[in-house]
Amino acid sequence: MIHKTRFTRLGLALTLAFGVATFAHAQANRAEVLHWWTSGGESAAVKELANAYTQAGGTWVDSAIAGGEQARAAAVNRMVGGTPPTAAQFNTSKQFLDLIDSGLLNNVDEVAAKNNWDKILPAPILNSIKIKGHFYAVPVDIHMPAWFWYSKAAFAKAGIAAEPKTPDEFFADLDKLKAAGIVPLAFGGQPWQEKITFYAWLAHVGGPDMYMKLYRDKDAAMVQGPQFKAFLASFKRLHNYVDAGSPNRNWNDATAMVISGKAGVQIMGDWAKGEFATAHQTAGKEFGCFPGFGPKSPYLVAGDVFVFPKTTDAAQVKSQQLLATVFTSPATQVAFSNKKGSIPIRTDVDVKGLDMCAQMGVAIMKDVSRQLPTPEMLITPDLEGSLQDVITKFWNTNESVDDAAKSMAAALKN
Amino acid sequence: MPPRRPLLRHATAWLALLPMAATVLWVYVGSVLWSMRISVSSSRTLPISDFVGFKQYTRLFDSERWTLSLQNMALFGVLFVIGCLVIGFLLAVFIDQRVRGEGLLRTIFLYPYAMSFVATGLVWQWMLNPELGLQSTVRGWGFAGFTFDWIVRQDMVMVAITIAAVWQACGLVMALMLAGLRGIDESLWMAARIDGIPPWRVYASIVLPMMGPSFGTAFVLLAVGVVKVFDVVVAMTQGGPGLASEVPAKFIIDNLLVRANIALASAASTVLLLTVLALLAPWFYARAHASRRDERVARALRAGEPAAGAAA
Repeated sequence: MIHKTRFTRLGLALTLAFGVATFAHAQANRAEVLHWWTSGGESAAVKELANAYTQAGGTWVDSAIAGGEQARAAAVNRMVGGTPPTAAQFNTSKQFLDLIDSGLLNNVDEVAAKNNWDKILPAPILNSIKIKGHFYAVPVDIHMPAWFWYSKAAFAKAGIAAEPKTPDEFFADLDKLKAAGIVPLAFGGQPWQEKITFYAWLAHVGGPDMYMKLYRDKDAAMVQGPQFKAFLASFKRLHNYVDAGSPNRNWNDATAMVISGKAGVQIMGDWAKGEFATAHQTAGKEFGCFPGFGPKSPYLVAGDVFVFPKTTDAAQVKSQQLLATVFTSPATQVAFSNKKGSIPIRTDVDVKGLDMCAQMGVAIMKDVSRQLPTPEMLITPDLEGSLQDVITKFWNTNESVDDAAKSMAAALKN
Repeated sequence: MPPRRPLLRHATAWLALLPMAATVLWVYVGSVLWSMRISVSSSRTLPISDFVGFKQYTRLFDSERWTLSLQNMALFGVLFVIGCLVIGFLLAVFIDQRVRGEGLLRTIFLYPYAMSFVATGLVWQWMLNPELGLQSTVRGWGFAGFTFDWIVRQDMVMVAITIAAVWQACGLVMALMLAGLRGIDESLWMAARIDGIPPWRVYASIVLPMMGPSFGTAFVLLAVGVVKVFDVVVAMTQGGPGLASEVPAKFIIDNLLVRANIALASAASTVLLLTVLALLAPWFYARAHASRRDERVARALRAGEPAAGAAA
């Protein structure tokens, strides 16, 4: 009797298990998407992607993991373990290069060819996702990690009439802000923020050539040359304009200083717009934005992509291709960008719905010569980390320019 | 019912221990060996099974950040262990005076240990921040010259972190010490009172030497905390300003998760493990030696007892 019950139970369990499995198969184009968009604005944005995918006839299974590092680690672990998600988020960078080399990713060449990605995507993004002639990732947004955000009230108080057009004008404005009793530079002294400031300053003051020589060519000799050392000194000069409380300040706390008019300028990515929006401030009214100095300033291009883990399951492959198609369609792009604070990956979209700074960004992106890839797209996370160590030490200690240049050259050779 | 044979009894015990033993062997020892294997490969994002010799170790010790991390850990270890033992012991002595509201005080002192440092570390960060916390408050009261900016200073940031860490852990030490104090025979105190010995002298010369096991337990717990120190640093400074408060555990996690360099991270954890073993080996040896001696003494006493009885 007991045995009988047990067998019945087992049978029931088996039926249930298989039943669920069959049901899962029945879901059309089921796609599990692993991402790290968990904050308010971000989850609203990812919902746009999910809605678009559902409308295209798919079944979206949301798999959100807070924190980019944790989410990427989870994705890699699941790929190695053999139970990958349908798609996984990475940054537009070299983060997923090892995965391609190990043959863990499917390509989406068909979708790319059908939608003419070679023509519509900006070069820095293409270089990141197109490896050895194959498209291994689908870009979803462009973030510019180093805008200058300034408080109009603070600028007025310091008697600054116009946005600075050169680095020298910028330093002059910082002096004026300081004289007016305002913290000139709202700065979050965490290594990643110091790194962003460093490469933004390198792009604007050192120039795109010097920037590419460092990050693309890994030119150790250039780093020890007089021009680069002059740039390092200029970068360190910015330290005179931060307040004593800057070490380890969060980026949004620094943004809050600009919002309240306590500080003048912050150099930060376009995600800072979300903070201004939450404080009910509008671009052009309470705060202003400029992407660099002068009309030809370089525009740094970063962003997010989704990669597609290797699978031979035909249904999954179909889902992956549908995801890639939906994510890049113009309508999805505009809806998503609005919520995310980024700009669309393609310039052939209607920009009316975007805010002032984003419209400026889209206009600049049309000028190919101004696009500059971020370091993440050019160097490995390993080298990036080593350089970050050098930068944070130079910024926070009395290390001489010569020693910093030497350490940087050593990091490049490693 | 016949008595069970000892062998069978042992077998049952072994059987009961087997799952735990298997877990330890497979999960812990297995992971350690796996890490060591990875540390001599060229793995980056994914484990690769090639062999590059001690390249990662060379790179590790060429890295300024790693050597600085080790130095910071040593400094933190000394300050933290001494701070916790001294303050924990004094707190225990204080409570041992049969003060009123002992239960409440005990809870207050032990409370920090019950809270996650991810939350309390943030509060400490704000309190120590010169623009938000203590310094600006005191300056606001009119003491314009007051300066307390250790958390943003290269040379003092580790001390600032230690203060917060001691605050958290000294309650635990207090609890251990208090248990030790309460275990001391009341008659000892009476004898001392009769002899007119001042209490501080009793604590220093009689009680303290008797508390060896309590100190030993506290020391081991704190030492483990030192080696794996991570959360307090991440919550308070994220290793900054600059590299001034970097610690080995953070180096390992950064290389493992962010910098896609699992071979270097494995090399670093291997070095950390060897360091701990090198420090613990003498202690284990002394312990084993002492217990062997105790056994010998006990055996000698047992053997001597009948003889002593006969002599009487």
